[in-house]
Amino acid sequence: MEFLKKTTSQTVVLEEATLFENSRPGACGIALPPLDVPAADVAKVFGNWARPNDLHLPELSEPEVVRHFTRLSTWNYAIDLGIYPLGSCTMKYNPRLNEEIARSGAILEAHPYDPEEWTQGHLAVMHELQEDLMRVTGHPAVSLQPAAGAQGELTGLMMIAAYHRAQGKPRKTIITADTAHGTNPASAALAGFQIVQVTTDQDGSVHPEAVKAVLNNDVAALMVTNPNTLGVFEKHIKTIADMLHEAGALLYIDGANLNAVLGIARPGDYGADVIQFNLHKTFSTPHGGGGPGSGPVTVSERLIPFLPVPFVEKKGDAFSLSFNRPQTIGRVKAFVGNYGMFIRAWCYIRALGGEGLRRVSEDAILNANYLRSQLKDVFNMPINAPTLHEVVFNDRNQRDSGLETTKIAKRLIDYGMHPPTVHFPLCVRNAIMIEPTETESRREMDRFVGAVKEILATPDVEQAPVRVPRERVDETKAARELKLRHVFR
Amino acid sequence: MSYPDNCKYTKEHEWIRIDGSTGVIGVTKYAIEQLGDVVHLDLPKVGMKLKSHETFGTIESTKTVSDLYSPAAGTVVEVNASLADAPEAIADDPYSKGWLVKLTLDGAPAGLMSAAEYEKYVSEDSSH
Repeated sequence: MEFLKKTTSQTVVLEEATLFENSRPGACGIALPPLDVPAADVAKVFGNWARPNDLHLPELSEPEVVRHFTRLSTWNYAIDLGIYPLGSCTMKYNPRLNEEIARSGAILEAHPYDPEEWTQGHLAVMHELQEDLMRVTGHPAVSLQPAAGAQGELTGLMMIAAYHRAQGKPRKTIITADTAHGTNPASAALAGFQIVQVTTDQDGSVHPEAVKAVLNNDVAALMVTNPNTLGVFEKHIKTIADMLHEAGALLYIDGANLNAVLGIARPGDYGADVIQFNLHKTFSTPHGGGGPGSGPVTVSERLIPFLPVPFVEKKGDAFSLSFNRPQTIGRVKAFVGNYGMFIRAWCYIRALGGEGLRRVSEDAILNANYLRSQLKDVFNMPINAPTLHEVVFNDRNQRDSGLETTKIAKRLIDYGMHPPTVHFPLCVRNAIMIEPTETESRREMDRFVGAVKEILATPDVEQAPVRVPRERVDETKAARELKLRHVFR
Repeated sequence: MSYPDNCKYTKEHEWIRIDGSTGVIGVTKYAIEQLGDVVHLDLPKVGMKLKSHETFGTIESTKTVSDLYSPAAGTVVEVNASLADAPEAIADDPYSKGWLVKLTLDGAPAGLMSAAEYEKYVSEDSSH
């Protein structure tokens, strides 16, 4: 446990009751002025609609509330504390500068109902972002509107459905791959499609024969992530795109792993008809935490008529919002989308430029390959193909010693590190999927490798994690005996 | 690991035990070991028609959610109600108390493996 002692420190762990449990009748964080109008009788105004009971809101002072949340925040793990190698999530460090600019007064105080002559600067930023994203994917058109990657998927699929309707031949089937994120079949089902899955070959790519076997005139599109969740570039993607187009079907590329191919490969060049961005993964907008997210889509010529409206148009030197797309699928988000996210992405792209963005991907690939080189002798690699931004191992070499994927992941928590993605992609048994991203230094990656190797060398330690506020929780019991509401005492 | 000889098996790790025109379906011990602790099952209702080699429900563990594929075509005549409250029975006794659904078969099912063939198949399973 030498490594453990050297790399982590004991922190003070406090038990923390809920705000409701800490409530003291009469405590209050704000002082309201006395009522200067006649008090309304709620029951009289609302009749049966009035609540019969109190709200049971917790009663506390302001410092009590602040301390509660501050203490809870110290239990968190975040990218600001160390490596976060959660494969396929691209948990890169987001530059503080982008946050500062996004929070400047001129941006925060803009209102979506401001007249266009007041918002030319904001519209210019959105127009430039539209142009930049088209340049990244090699597509001729874009919508910034979708509120997150998953809504970008749904938007893309709705456009695909509209395209086939416009051809006079509605189609009902979407082909997905077994490396897909769960959102792919979910979005396709939500858009009204049936799903057929193809199997990825042992070399880590979907083969044209596998697609051919399920391709018919009911197939609306193939939906595949490229590079896929094995961290492998789909090497037959151009051939598959041609096959699909010949059969009247389209190609949806899931942009979840775009961080690996900026300035290196453009989906528009290899035949993609639509791709969604996940701005939080590639373009430094906040990860998780309820968002807000942003999932712009770019499209090929085929899908331009169906893009959501409005979009920012430039006429001479003036910018305006255009609604001129008679065949549009309509609006998918209020106003223009999540503008605060556009600002961050725009800052990121402007700060790095084309060359810098390419370096992002090159360094992400370099880092993943460094971890692959350091861990390939201890972990089994079920798919042995060139690694891009992430590398997928599993626990086959460890099973005889009683260690398995879940235990390895839980023990990493005791080393003060976030575990990698586990048990995904589904096509690899007990997968361990590691994506360091380009923002980790070699020193931080070595710290991770050191922890992994020490864990594998000491397989008999049970019940990790123990150095955290919540020790090993019984996930099985939690899932079998769901408790979805708090019972007040 | 051995597999009962009186069952037939699918590549998706379901078993079926056929008795005249009735078939009982479950999932194999091997599948359960891969899945880990089962926490939830989504099973069809009595009267539903199942198609051969198509999904008829899902099995959820702490690791993942998997589709269940029917080894045969037929109509559901009974569902193992005891599993709703105690899905762990699938792991304890997958070929007996852990059965999932009973079918009235539409003809003899095809494309299934014998116990020996299935055992060979899982020993060569390439996804490890």
